[in-house]
Amino acid sequence: MRRKDILALVQEDRVHRDLYLSEELFALEQRHFFANTWNYVGHASQVPAAGDYITVEIAGQPLLMVRQADGGIRVLNNRCAHKGMPLSTDECGSTGKFFRCPYHAWTYKLDGSPLAVPIKNGYEGTRLKECESGQGMGALQNVAVYRDFVFAKINDGGPDFHAYFGDVLGAIDNLADRSPVGRLRVEGGVIRNIIHCNWKMYLENINDTVHPQSAHESATQAANILWQGQPADVAKPMAMEQILPFGAGYDFFDRMGGRVYPNGHSMLGVNFSIHSGYAQVPEYEAALRAAHGEERASEILQRSPQNSVCFPSLSVKGSPQAIRVIRPLAADRTLIEAWSFRAEGAPELLFERAMTYNRLVFSPMSVVAHDDVHLFESIQQGLRAGRNEWVSLHRDFQPSELEGGTREVNGTNELLMRNQFRAWARFMTADMAMEEGA
Amino acid sequence: MTAQEFIAHEAHLLDAQRYDEWLALFAEDGRYWVPLQGAAQTEGALHNSLADEDRLLLSLRIERLKNPRAHSQHPASRCQHLLQAPVQVQADEGNAWRTPFLYIESRGERQVLLAGSYTHRLARVGGDWRIRLKRVDLLDAGKPLPAIQLFP
Ligand code: FES
Ligand SMILES: [Fe+2]
Repeated sequence: MRRKDILALVQEDRVHRDLYLSEELFALEQRHFFANTWNYVGHASQVPAAGDYITVEIAGQPLLMVRQADGGIRVLNNRCAHKGMPLSTDECGSTGKFFRCPYHAWTYKLDGSPLAVPIKNGYEGTRLKECESGQGMGALQNVAVYRDFVFAKINDGGPDFHAYFGDVLGAIDNLADRSPVGRLRVEGGVIRNIIHCNWKMYLENINDTVHPQSAHESATQAANILWQGQPADVAKPMAMEQILPFGAGYDFFDRMGGRVYPNGHSMLGVNFSIHSGYAQVPEYEAALRAAHGEERASEILQRSPQNSVCFPSLSVKGSPQAIRVIRPLAADRTLIEAWSFRAEGAPELLFERAMTYNRLVFSPMSVVAHDDVHLFESIQQGLRAGRNEWVSLHRDFQPSELEGGTREVNGTNELLMRNQFRAWARFMTADMAMEEGA
Repeated sequence: MTAQEFIAHEAHLLDAQRYDEWLALFAEDGRYWVPLQGAAQTEGALHNSLADEDRLLLSLRIERLKNPRAHSQHPASRCQHLLQAPVQVQADEGNAWRTPFLYIESRGERQVLLAGSYTHRLARVGGDWRIRLKRVDLLDAGKPLPAIQLFP
């Protein structure tokens, strides 16, 4: 598939089904799209001490995120320079002062540079030093740590970290500043789902406010039946506080407002959201005011966007303090991780909210997600139907939006999705022109 | 009914989709718990779970399954529990039983197979048993899992 064929799949107001179905496109995405965008790797609190690491895969490549002796964080290729053995096959751990390959015991410093090989004299007079295998594990050149959120870009070239994300980083600030000391810790474990759908479909749904009323009807009706008739002075259990708002109507979701940023990022619920009605915690809010000042504290507390998408792999919820990470596995298979944060210095209740929300809404045993997952997995099949090869994204389309830039729109506007696909087409083809010699 | 018979009966009610009768087996403060770390998770630790439900949330699940607009139940899920014989285990409060199991949830063309072990903490109420806790320790609790819609 060539550059012009790919660009033709993303039109102003609709996208072609091959974007979701084609294995060929998925392979191209790994090499071009994911390698050219800034992807979320992990949170610094997962690797507190020197030598601590996690293993992850981005753009199909095995990586290690490692805490260095000097306190910095590096992202290394998880591949021995000798014959390709990963330096760790565990999910996380500590490697101590250096990495040692289990196969022939080549060793590397924490920054991936070569340390030693056994029976070294066997390499005298060979070309090992000059070739790739002599250079060590190799570290990614484009790694950024923003308020302990670690992002990496595999390829060189393209926008730097701040130019790429721009103002959507405010969503991470909003989350981190919920701690009076500005520090978050990942805690309580990660919930992992395998969903048999294309990753873009999942991402679209993060920005979709027209579906809750119809898709989640069974869960919200059940919650309403159980909760109706409760006296007004009975405190709502956290589960009910979190599930009932999914039943809000079209008008609510439309008025919550959305915003798009350049490069595919977006924020939904810029005015209010289904998280706005959670019970207040006066002592905590006072602590936040003392830490950040009146103005900033109000700003943090009043803004609880539904979702903020740091395109393409991270979705942030400031309140409840949770993120989802989108990790594509195949054209029709996506791993979704839901992580909970403890904001240092904030009451236990907030951390419980994060965990409860993730469990109720994003667990493989969630009551809310079952209908979403069923719909995604069914769409993956339904798209093969004849007579219409296109997916409609026409809602509230306006030609002026093609100018790009940051824009505020109504909450049910499909611009949030169109914006993602425009960025997809751009980063997918950015380095193809060169390859094709165009 | 012996405790062993009761545990087999409980699983049978789920396989037969008799959810209201199943819910009635739980004590007022009964809990259905699927920890995210499986058997490694200690009680009371601040760690998340795949499911952690009191009677209110279990009713919500059951109520939802009855709703014709529970889209994920078209086609409907079915399940089969395969239990080993329950063995009584040490517990601070009352009767506790450990039961290794295989659980199969089937829907459309897909099947989910889960292995694990239950801990039932039971209470005697009159001549009957009530579930104070059904803890479900999945072998693969923390792994990426597909949707699990019924009750392992
Ligand atoms: S593959 Fe690593 S030392 Fe041989
Ligand atoms: Fe949804």
